[in-house]
Amino acid sequence: MSDAASDAANKGGELTVRVWRGAEVGAFATYLVPARANQTVLDVVTEIQRYHAPDLAYRFACRVGVCGSCAMTVNGVPRWTCRTHVSRVAKAGALTVEPLRNLPRIRDLACDMAPFFDKWKAAGGRFEGGATRADLPAAVDPASPKRRAADAGIECINCAVCHAACDVVAWDAEYLGPAALLRAWTLVNDERHLARRATLDRAMGPGGCASCHTQGSCMAHCPVGLSPTEGIAGLKRMSLAAMFLGDR
Amino acid sequence: MRPHRNHRAYWAFLGHRLSGLALALFLPFHFLALGLALEAAALDRFLAWTDLGMVKLAEWGLVVLLALHLFFGLRLLVLELRPWPGGDARLGWIVPGLAAALVIGGVFLIGAF
Repeated sequence: MSDAASDAANKGGELTVRVWRGAEVGAFATYLVPARANQTVLDVVTEIQRYHAPDLAYRFACRVGVCGSCAMTVNGVPRWTCRTHVSRVAKAGALTVEPLRNLPRIRDLACDMAPFFDKWKAAGGRFEGGATRADLPAAVDPASPKRRAADAGIECINCAVCHAACDVVAWDAEYLGPAALLRAWTLVNDERHLARRATLDRAMGPGGCASCHTQGSCMAHCPVGLSPTEGIAGLKRMSLAAMFLGDR
Repeated sequence: MRPHRNHRAYWAFLGHRLSGLALALFLPFHFLALGLALEAAALDRFLAWTDLGMVKLAEWGLVVLLALHLFFGLRLLVLELRPWPGGDARLGWIVPGLAAALVIGGVFLIGAF
């Protein structure tokens, strides 16, 4: 907790909050809101909408870090706003809140998630199983290396924080991005997935794993603590093996 | 540095990429110097010039960049070709890699002066 924010929270002072208003073209508006103990950034945005700017557009649902819909850029860093305490990020009692980077801005703090999910699909992120209702559930050994690799990425909730943190997404419009490639890594390690080779081909193709520069911003900022960089490195190894040794 | 980039892995990316670019820019001058060997007098004049203190200092910069590029590049190769035990991104290799590059630079300086 920064000293200033801590003081403000304890003394019931005020927070100075700069909020992006507009779409691609817009400007920051500044609001003063009461600083409270145990206050999240989402609480602050909600307070602004209720008492200062009823037309402020933003997105949230669960408020407890499950749905992944409230991600925004807070003081220059992409974060889940519902799980980000003001005391952890405020600098001298000030916050700057913007929509996520690397996605089109619809209005104020809401961005268009369609390109994010389009890339997720383009990476072959759709599970294709072959079992029917009549089949018994697949017996998958939870300790097998493949299942453990799949488990490492399965908790992704598609909040797009990694997508916003990644510079390669910003530089290369074709790049599928860390979330989509982590999904691909999960699927190529899922022994029930029938389209494994097709998913690997897409992950190896243009805009795929080879475009990653291993900057590590996705793993540094993932609020769930996942490591898309690790999954992408796994895809690189798998594609190298597929190229030289044939698909195994 | 924009806040979302301010973490160790990004600094390592910058160190590796910028040292690589600087070395690539130096490479044509390196080949030019090698080309001087075709004419003994020109090469001798060039070698005398490289004995100047400022040139030695610039050479120290080259040695450090080369060593930094080597150590950060080795980290990348390990990251991309080997599994990550326990999700280890080898972030702990970054500062020692920088330190080792500076030590190598120091050894060069001791030998140069």
